[in-house]
Amino acid sequence: MGFFFAQLLTGLSNAAGLFLVASGLSLIFGVTRIVNFAHGSFYMLGAYFGVTLMGILPDYLGSHVGFWGSIVLTGVIVGLVGALVEIVVLRPIYRAPELFQLVATFGVILMIQDLALMSWGAEDIMGARAPGLRGVFRIFGEPIPKYDIVLICITPFILIALWWLIAKTRLGILVRAATQDREMVGALGVNQRWLFTGVFALGSALAGWGGALQLPKGGADLLMDMNIIGPLFVVVVIGGMGSLPGAFIASVIISVLNVFGVTYMPQSTLVLMFVVMAIVLIFRPYGLLGKEEVAGEHGQVGAPEAPIRPFGRTGRLAVTGLLAVLALLPLVSDPFLLVLMTDIIIFALFAASLHFILGAGGLTSFGHAAFYGGGAYVAALLVTYAKAPMEIAFIAAPIGAGMLALVVGWFCIRLSGVYLAMLTLAFSQLVWSLAFQWRSVTRGDDGLINIWPSDWLSGQVPYYYFTLVIGAAGILFLRHVIHAPFGYALRAARDSARQAEATGINVKRVQYLAFALAGALAGLAGGLFVFAKGSVFPTELEIGKSFDALIVVFLGGIKTLSGGVVGAAFMATVEDWLTRMEYWRLMLGMLIIAVVILAPEGIVGSARRLGERLGLIKRAEAEE
Amino acid sequence: MNIFRSLLAAATAVTLLASPSLAEEPIKIGDINHYKRMAAFADPYRKGIELAMSQVNAKGGVLGRPMEFIFRDDQGDPGEAVKIAEELMTRDGAVMFTGAILSNVGIALSSFAKEKNYLYLAGEPLADTLVWQSGNANTFRLRVSTWVQAAMLAEAAAKTDAKTYAAIAPNYSYGTSAVEAFKTVLKQLKPDVEFVGEQWPALFKIDAAAEVQALERVKPDAIFNVTFGTDLAKFVREGTDRGLFDGRPVYSMLTGEPEYLEPLGEESPEDWIVTGYPWYDLPDGPGKTFVTDYEAFTGETPKMGSLVGYTMALSVAAAIEKAGATDTASLIKAFEGLKVPETPVGELEYRALDHQSTFGAWIGKLALKDGQGVMVDWSYKNPVAYMPSDDEIKAMRPAN
Repeated sequence: MGFFFAQLLTGLSNAAGLFLVASGLSLIFGVTRIVNFAHGSFYMLGAYFGVTLMGILPDYLGSHVGFWGSIVLTGVIVGLVGALVEIVVLRPIYRAPELFQLVATFGVILMIQDLALMSWGAEDIMGARAPGLRGVFRIFGEPIPKYDIVLICITPFILIALWWLIAKTRLGILVRAATQDREMVGALGVNQRWLFTGVFALGSALAGWGGALQLPKGGADLLMDMNIIGPLFVVVVIGGMGSLPGAFIASVIISVLNVFGVTYMPQSTLVLMFVVMAIVLIFRPYGLLGKEEVAGEHGQVGAPEAPIRPFGRTGRLAVTGLLAVLALLPLVSDPFLLVLMTDIIIFALFAASLHFILGAGGLTSFGHAAFYGGGAYVAALLVTYAKAPMEIAFIAAPIGAGMLALVVGWFCIRLSGVYLAMLTLAFSQLVWSLAFQWRSVTRGDDGLINIWPSDWLSGQVPYYYFTLVIGAAGILFLRHVIHAPFGYALRAARDSARQAEATGINVKRVQYLAFALAGALAGLAGGLFVFAKGSVFPTELEIGKSFDALIVVFLGGIKTLSGGVVGAAFMATVEDWLTRMEYWRLMLGMLIIAVVILAPEGIVGSARRLGERLGLIKRAEAEE
Repeated sequence: MNIFRSLLAAATAVTLLASPSLAEEPIKIGDINHYKRMAAFADPYRKGIELAMSQVNAKGGVLGRPMEFIFRDDQGDPGEAVKIAEELMTRDGAVMFTGAILSNVGIALSSFAKEKNYLYLAGEPLADTLVWQSGNANTFRLRVSTWVQAAMLAEAAAKTDAKTYAAIAPNYSYGTSAVEAFKTVLKQLKPDVEFVGEQWPALFKIDAAAEVQALERVKPDAIFNVTFGTDLAKFVREGTDRGLFDGRPVYSMLTGEPEYLEPLGEESPEDWIVTGYPWYDLPDGPGKTFVTDYEAFTGETPKMGSLVGYTMALSVAAAIEKAGATDTASLIKAFEGLKVPETPVGELEYRALDHQSTFGAWIGKLALKDGQGVMVDWSYKNPVAYMPSDDEIKAMRPAN
């Protein structure tokens, strides 16, 4: 009994820290609709500023005032940083396509990572202990650290304070109004800009406080931004995006389950929360306390989309020319350029497959790497265990990935928007953990190695041609599908599900098939990848891989046809070039933010707009 | 006239002196590492290499040519690392490549080296499989592997009368192989021990309080710890606060390495038996000379990574010198059975048997000194005695 109670308290104390940070994320999403991936970075900044202040303030103010004063001040500082980020980076792009801001927050993550490294050094820093709170209370004979009790007691006050702010103040009324209908609030003469900035600053401050408050239990290190982001999104999604009480309940559920998981299923630590999220989303598609998203509310922001048409004569000539140049490349280039181009083509195919469901299908996936890595693993497993020849294993890659997509899609397609994205993320984590933990088959993170192509394809030049042919065929095939009747049905389903249904399109089935097709082509890219590198590791299934693809799709231009391919080529080239420098993450982050601000419709979209403005391209009008 | 002549002679002499380093193309070695993602470990490693490079080049370089390392960041991604390796070998003119901390990156590079017939020297990766189950002709490894370090700790554990053990290890290959090695060796030495609990926190995402409670629940006589970095710091804090370590011996992998010990500061857990690197306590000799040189060169105290980077670069120089050439075949031949004299850990040999070096490990007890954890009663152990027999290794290694 005592032990059980002590575990419960541990869970509650963990929940306290998690809720504080998650409430900030939920608040930001609720009002601004920004999926803020940089929230973990603000949490990390909170830890670092907290450590620094706790090294200074107690000398002047005494240990108690110094410690708690440091925490309060940290939140204020991080809040200001958040406000700065909102004003400089996010304000210019509120009218960009949905989720586009995510790319900007990714740039912020990169910048903060390098800035933190420059400012605080690479070594982990232990957090200061809370004065007077070292040691334990004995509760039913079980030791419970005093600081845990303090954390548990603080949480209700924060919840009540936030509730009071939202429910009882004028500011709160405006915030709630903005959550429901931004346009209307603006029309009523409320200055939304500062409302958004204020909410973003408050959300960031909460993350900062969370980072500072966890110091007595841990410390500050450079990986904590990425480590917290998974649990944060899980909590916010389970609770229902934008719901503070939901975030609170979800924090408690996740934290308490985790404590019991650690005790009774020690191996479960990798996936437990994602399993919980998947189950919750399957039964409650909008989280525990979330509301169904009203169609159109944040569907098409910005100017209406010009209809997509097949390339005209000039376009076809340009593509043929590009392919001819790529085909002649081995005659003039050094071996490494071929390796780089092989990588870029593979990445472009992967990005194009995501772009297909994201752009034409309107289905956001945060877990597309499951199919890319899945395809790679299917091929690698066949080579390793069945001694399959490369050709067979390669063909199996898209088939296996497509089948995986059929399974995942069956659960995911019924959801929409961010919830759909998060459910795909949960499934991709499950696939990842399978590859990671099923050591007897997948060899875990030691990976599957010596997966090389057959003799006729080994060597850079043959494999480059192989990749070029398969990659170009895959990308052109996807383009073709978009212009086929199936593609029209898919785009109709994206733009208006109800009208599409009314014309006799089975919206869910079309989306389901598109999802599977995109999965299969991602698997094709994975198959190309595994034979190019000779090995595959669970890293190919990680969330980070999914986001690599997501970011290039947005960067290239979600509402264009070639956005994925162009974005992938741009990103791969820039990364190859920048990573040679010392602070490449800072530069890459700044570059991404610059592109996002200068080209809010992505590289291709904005280039086209510029071309139209200069009269170089005929304006795409709603003809026919 | 005389003055003119002596000036001319001096000028000629200067030109002659300067010419070897100016005219000779350097011999390049590519180093691929997670310089950003694991900066705390990769930075000292890089500085160690730079120190070795400056010393080798001050003595005239290798084969009369300067030695140069090219450092490249792979973001901790195996696919990226393979791409960079290709670039280093084909475009930058590197003669071989080194690097990686994460074992999976090391394994990817190793497989790649075999396929393309390049030479790869793994400095830091600990995975046993790198030289054993997945070993190949083109890969050599410097650092002492997981198995050996766990075996050393098991040997120390066997000397106590603890009967029940619990293990806590990060949930990935390194953690599982360390626990497996510790269990196997300890059971061989002391068949009546029993493992009553295993905890597997996700790497760098430990829920320390819950893990400590779970360990306390099974009431083991002793604990085997494999967590490191931030996980270790949190585990030590919660464990100390909740009295988990009171009266329980703890055997802990790598905790004595400055990378992990220094951040713990005055909270370093006393009396733990750990493997590590007691650079502050070394007797006069090459080990101490390295520490002094490193401090003078960088203005910092050495980490384990510094020692590995330095020794690795010395090994490369010795191999090239022995080979007398820079093609892969000659270099591999030179590395097999290569003896590197006068490294900070004494003479080192790269075994022809499994391409593993005889770089050993320090094992000792943690104590607090001036608010900082240090290793005391330590000894340096040669790894060979802790490895499986030659026949077992031959059976494990795939035929080349």
